[in-house]
Amino acid sequence: MAVDLLRTLLLEAFPEGSVEVVDRTGTGDHFHVAVASDAFVGLSLVEQHRLVNRALAGPLSDGTIHELRITTKGSA
Amino acid sequence: MTTLRDQIQHVIDTEPVAIFMKGTPEMPACGNSLRALQALWQAGAPITAVDILPDPRIRQELSALTDWPTVPQIFVGGELIGGADITEELHASGELSRKLDEALGSEREQSVGVLALDLAAA
Repeated sequence: MAVDLLRTLLLEAFPEGSVEVVDRTGTGDHFHVAVASDAFVGLSLVEQHRLVNRALAGPLSDGTIHELRITTKGSA
Repeated sequence: MTTLRDQIQHVIDTEPVAIFMKGTPEMPACGNSLRALQALWQAGAPITAVDILPDPRIRQELSALTDWPTVPQIFVGGELIGGADITEELHASGELSRKLDEALGSEREQSVGVLALDLAAA
């Protein structure tokens, strides 16, 4: 399941963070990920989203993720 | 001859507010592009839109240039502010208007324009 893959990748990148992955359309390719992590503290939103995008670089580039919404929060 | 990447960079550098999106402001082809446009419009931005759909190379070159994998991508005063989620978030907090004021002044005129890249030259 793509949801599990995304959750695994995000937890690898943000081990002490809290991670939520929602399949928005039930089709396994439109996702909303919400990540709360201390890693975001002091970073701009662009930098925070870059970290999330980097964690999901694989599924973003191989077409697993057709659409991605990101919400970040600066404390786990 | 100007490469596609140079043209994209030029848009980013010279347009006060640029959005690289799927479709056009009149006919957005993606919900996220629409969300970003609406936030920019409500914040009173002078919007210059570039449709990335006519050629897959536009998206490739853009992402290579910005190290940002998704579209839309929104730029204010030459700086990537983010995609649809960040643009909405910044609008909701009032930060988007502040950013626009800072980059363009509070007297700025709201507008929407479309800019086509020269694919033949690229």
